[in-house]
Amino acid sequence: MNLAVRDIRHNFGRFALTTVGIGLLLMIVMGMGGIYRGLIHEATLLVDQVGADLWVVQGSTRGPFAEVSRIPANLEDRVRAVPGVAAAWRFVSHTIQREHRGQPLRLVVQGLAWPEDRGEWVPLVAGRALRQAHYELIADRSLGLPLGERLTLGQNTYEVVGLTRGMVGSGGDGLAFFTVSDALAVQFDVPGEATRLERAARRARVENLDLGRVTPLLAERASGPGSELPALAPPQVSAVLVTLSAGADPTRVTATLANWPDVTVYSTQQQKDLLLSGMVDKAKRQLGLFRVLLILISTIIMALIIYTLTLDKLHDIALLKLIGARNRVIIGLILQQALLMGALGYGLAWWLGRYAFPRFPRLVVIEPPDLLLLAGIVLVISVLASLLGIGKAMRVEPNTVLAA
Amino acid sequence: MNPPPDSSHAIVTENLTKVYGHGNTEVVAMKDVSLRVGRGEVIALLGPSGAGKSTLLTAIGLINPPTSGRIYLGGELVMDAAKPKVDLRSFRRRHLGFVFQKANLIPFLSALENVQVALEINATPPAVARCRALELLAYLGVADRANNLPAALSGGQQQRVAVARALANEPGLILADEPTAALDSQRGRQVMELFRRVAHERGAAVLVVTHDHRSLDVFDRSYEMEDGRLLVEAKPLTPSF
Ligand SMILES: Nc1ncnc2c1ncn2[C@@H]1O[C@H](COP(=O)(O)OP(=O)(O)OP(=O)(O)O)[C@@H](O)[C@H]1O
Ligand SMILES: [Mg+2]
Repeated sequence: MNLAVRDIRHNFGRFALTTVGIGLLLMIVMGMGGIYRGLIHEATLLVDQVGADLWVVQGSTRGPFAEVSRIPANLEDRVRAVPGVAAAWRFVSHTIQREHRGQPLRLVVQGLAWPEDRGEWVPLVAGRALRQAHYELIADRSLGLPLGERLTLGQNTYEVVGLTRGMVGSGGDGLAFFTVSDALAVQFDVPGEATRLERAARRARVENLDLGRVTPLLAERASGPGSELPALAPPQVSAVLVTLSAGADPTRVTATLANWPDVTVYSTQQQKDLLLSGMVDKAKRQLGLFRVLLILISTIIMALIIYTLTLDKLHDIALLKLIGARNRVIIGLILQQALLMGALGYGLAWWLGRYAFPRFPRLVVIEPPDLLLLAGIVLVISVLASLLGIGKAMRVEPNTVLAA
Repeated sequence: MNPPPDSSHAIVTENLTKVYGHGNTEVVAMKDVSLRVGRGEVIALLGPSGAGKSTLLTAIGLINPPTSGRIYLGGELVMDAAKPKVDLRSFRRRHLGFVFQKANLIPFLSALENVQVALEINATPPAVARCRALELLAYLGVADRANNLPAALSGGQQQRVAVARALANEPGLILADEPTAALDSQRGRQVMELFRRVAHERGAAVLVVTHDHRSLDVFDRSYEMEDGRLLVEAKPLTPSF
């Protein structure tokens, strides 16, 4: 006969309510672990998906994710000339927040190096890759833009032609893939008036230069679009990505590029480490702290409720001692209740989590090792929680049955 | 001088004294109590309130160690002053049965389970314990309420379940402290007669603290206590049946 279960049946309401409470707390503990895993996953997702071997960024910066990096787009031609480089392409990534249909829309503008890169590598769940050099985009589902939706950014309107799932930036905002030139247009979209003023200023600068005076053609070009002035144009892209040819020695290529004074080179792993150490690390510590606190709170709540359940049974425990029950029976009664509460709470947390976590605004990744670890923790806190009650039960004298 | 205790004695106490508290609050609840109860005897313990009856009963029941004196149960020395000579809990489990004024049933167990638990803590397999508990409830006339929780039983029914629990492990000694105080006189008498039946059918000694003078004829002998002392055996009881 199991005394623990029979007592619980008798005190079902209180036990069930506490178990639900513990379950919800454990669900949050579980969720926080999952959010942390999700952060790591999201932070490194793009770096993994892009599949570059090396990242060339602005000199002495830790860009393009951890901080802003600006390098001239034509750097990719210089990189291509380095022995061992199979391909190099420009990388543009920046986050914008605009209005769409009256709602704020935050998205990571991601440039694809058209025409070599049309986004065929992007895992699509609907639609297609880019087919033209302008006015198309592939959007992540989390942005809530359906296929065929028209999105106005600056002076241009772009059409959603493909949808992805789970493609988000390190901040959790959905990615939108444009061609690089569209991505830049979105970023550097300036009103006509600003362009006219800039051209006038440029013209004035050229006219004041010797070079401008001896080559009137230059002055003429200075009043044209900035993109036709390679030497004068501002730095444009975030990074240049490199894939190495088969058999090339990455350290040698890295060493060559690292000698250039205007850039810094990172391997993909270094790029990931930058992301994790900088942006994710604080979040990790914060979440970790919360988890410890919640586990502590769960333990205290469990201990208190097991203790009060034990206090309610103190007379019965004294009676059991009186009729000669071994301590094992009494400890078993209390410990089993604590373990049952922990196990049911854990089960509830897991079950609720399966429904709740996918609805969280950011990715929650629940992994079996984390689940196992939490199960171990729950086991430990259940045992700890029962100690208070067990201590009380051990001290009660059998003759207290006769009192009152 | 009395012969040394042997196994024909259910209870032998030698000069039991119990002092509660110390200094100003000192109470001598029991003083030099020596008594002998044979196997199969049914003994009443009488006396005014505060005389020390419960103190003596709980001392013999090994839940309230005396300050000095010795207790032999079944001829075995079990308490030497406040020092246990055996594992008290295991001794209680195997040899003693308790009934109190209140039934003290475990509220979350059914009548049947309240009896069964006493058997199971004494290493009886659950299936056997269940059968035996049902038999006992039938013996006490409460088998039809076996699956009710104590709260659903009347006082008399609860007390009979408590008696069944006390009998479960076929103890050599049953100790009862005012077992019928909460019952009407008819029910009270039934419980007393039950003790007599158990003692005589099973050879168990029964020591009952009681104020109920109407059922005294049920007992083989009676002792009376006053101010912590055991008076010489009270009036010889006339057999009633
Ligand atoms: N735990 C205790 N601490 C201090 N004094 C106690 C304690 N238990 C009993 N006493 C005292 O010991 C004396 C004997 O008490 P006991 O309970 O044995 O009396 P009793 O004969 O059973 O009385 P009643 O018929 O009222 O139950 C009383 O004076 C009582 O106040
Ligand atoms: Mg008393």
